[in-house]
Amino acid sequence: MSHKVTIPIGPYHPLQEEPEFYKLVVDGERVVDIDVRIGWNHRGIEKLSESKSFDQSAYLVERICGICSTSHPIAFVNAVEDIDEMEVPERALYIRTITGELERLHSHMLWLGLAGHFLGYNTVFMWAWRYREPILDVLEAISGNRNNYAMMKPGGVRRDIDNSEIPYYKKVINDELLPAVEMFKGAVLDDPVLAARLKGVGVLKHEDAVDYSVLGPTARASGYDIDVRRDEPYAAYDRVDWKVILQYEGDVFAKAVIRILEMFESIKILNQCFDKLPAGPIDCKPKHISPGDGIGHHEAPRGEVIHIVRSDGTNRPVRHKVRAPTFMNFPSFKKTVVGETISDATIILAAIDPCYCCTERLTAIDHKKNNIVCGAERLIHLSQHKTWDLGKSMGFSDSELTKKMGRKIE
Amino acid sequence: MDRSAVIASIKKKFGGKIKRFQEKSSKRVYIDLDRKDIVEFASYVFKDLEARFNTATAVDHPENIEIMYHFNVDRLGLIITLRIYAPKDDCAVESLVPVANAVGWIEREMHELFGVEFKGHPDMKPLLLPDDWPKDKYPMRKEFSLNSQKESSR
Repeated sequence: MSHKVTIPIGPYHPLQEEPEFYKLVVDGERVVDIDVRIGWNHRGIEKLSESKSFDQSAYLVERICGICSTSHPIAFVNAVEDIDEMEVPERALYIRTITGELERLHSHMLWLGLAGHFLGYNTVFMWAWRYREPILDVLEAISGNRNNYAMMKPGGVRRDIDNSEIPYYKKVINDELLPAVEMFKGAVLDDPVLAARLKGVGVLKHEDAVDYSVLGPTARASGYDIDVRRDEPYAAYDRVDWKVILQYEGDVFAKAVIRILEMFESIKILNQCFDKLPAGPIDCKPKHISPGDGIGHHEAPRGEVIHIVRSDGTNRPVRHKVRAPTFMNFPSFKKTVVGETISDATIILAAIDPCYCCTERLTAIDHKKNNIVCGAERLIHLSQHKTWDLGKSMGFSDSELTKKMGRKIE
Repeated sequence: MDRSAVIASIKKKFGGKIKRFQEKSSKRVYIDLDRKDIVEFASYVFKDLEARFNTATAVDHPENIEIMYHFNVDRLGLIITLRIYAPKDDCAVESLVPVANAVGWIEREMHELFGVEFKGHPDMKPLLLPDDWPKDKYPMRKEFSLNSQKESSR
């Protein structure tokens, strides 16, 4: 007799990084069906973008996601530039490539750590995140920020790279990072326990990868040979030498292999970009966006991000569509999780490196009574309240705090 | 098949059914069609030309909802966009899920945000909006104003 039980995972749980809701239907230990529900994290970005100018939208899309915070702006500026087929200065193209690849490096490191964590291999988690730090340092040195780099604008980039700093960037990448990636390659790919744990688990067959049109490492691990950096080169990807990593097994192990080997390619691209970085302007300063449609994409760490922008000749987009890679990778769970055991479900779910904040950016947060429950004002109030309480605990008096903060916070 | 052969094969196969053919650039092709032909077109582009389904974009116009299906032919770096219009008083289109499972989620999204019916979609249930969202409110239509959502103090 079969006993089907539904196990809810989420939508909110103290141990989940982001709100997500999986409904696993299990018979004994086997997963027989899965349903995913998203929509707990909506911010209405597409709608908001219609009320922002093209320059402002680049900032807005940067805030879709903290991990791929330069992937969305690159795709967006590509889309805007596609409307007029703008000629972007060479130096700007190289700087875009550098930012994009540094982001891929830190994102793959982050995934590697999380994957180790989900398997109970916390050493990998600690080490991977430790080596993610130097990459963030380089990003901070280049852009001023660890995340949300604010580098992209239609027509070019906003900040130049100081040529005299390049030796430092190269030193961090080649002396600190490269040996670490080598170490992970050995520690993960040659580890018999990890191989036993991950090989043959959560297989996505090639025909299913095509049917679900999955993207990025999820696709390339199933032998689906796509990478927009090579297929439709943008930025400076056609000016440097690198190769697309392919695996054919489609299991979780193959996805890990792809990500680790891609880090070597990213380092290769970065070194060439730093060496070849041409002199010249970084911005072609467009004054006007013509009416028309533009499609732009970028191979984000998780797969292709695509932005579709329609302009009517004013300074704002009429329509701005965003499609993040997780949106396409998610539905393939029906093929990878069903038939596996519950204990394997978490790592299979994690193997696509799902990013909810990217996938969900469509509607305003709403409540039964048509209210935004926790809006900006409330958040500011909470933050001021916390500062106030901290001040009190540090021994400041009410009047001192009122003077410092401008008013009394109740 | 190279790029011109792909375009020629579409023109040859569908000839009269193409309402407008626009080669915006060497990497972007837009084809306008009647909405009743969309399944046939999409299935040719996806299965015979081995394009990848990328996504679909809906755009709100006063009388119509415009839907653009974007397909990537990755080996050529080409994006083929199939464009159809559905009038708002009869806002229904054949679902493309039988052609590719990849279309499932984006059709659900367009269904709730733009109010387009997809006939034959096997799993049409809320994806992004809450279950108790009012049936006649479509957040991505232009008449839906973000300012109508009051922010309460609590």
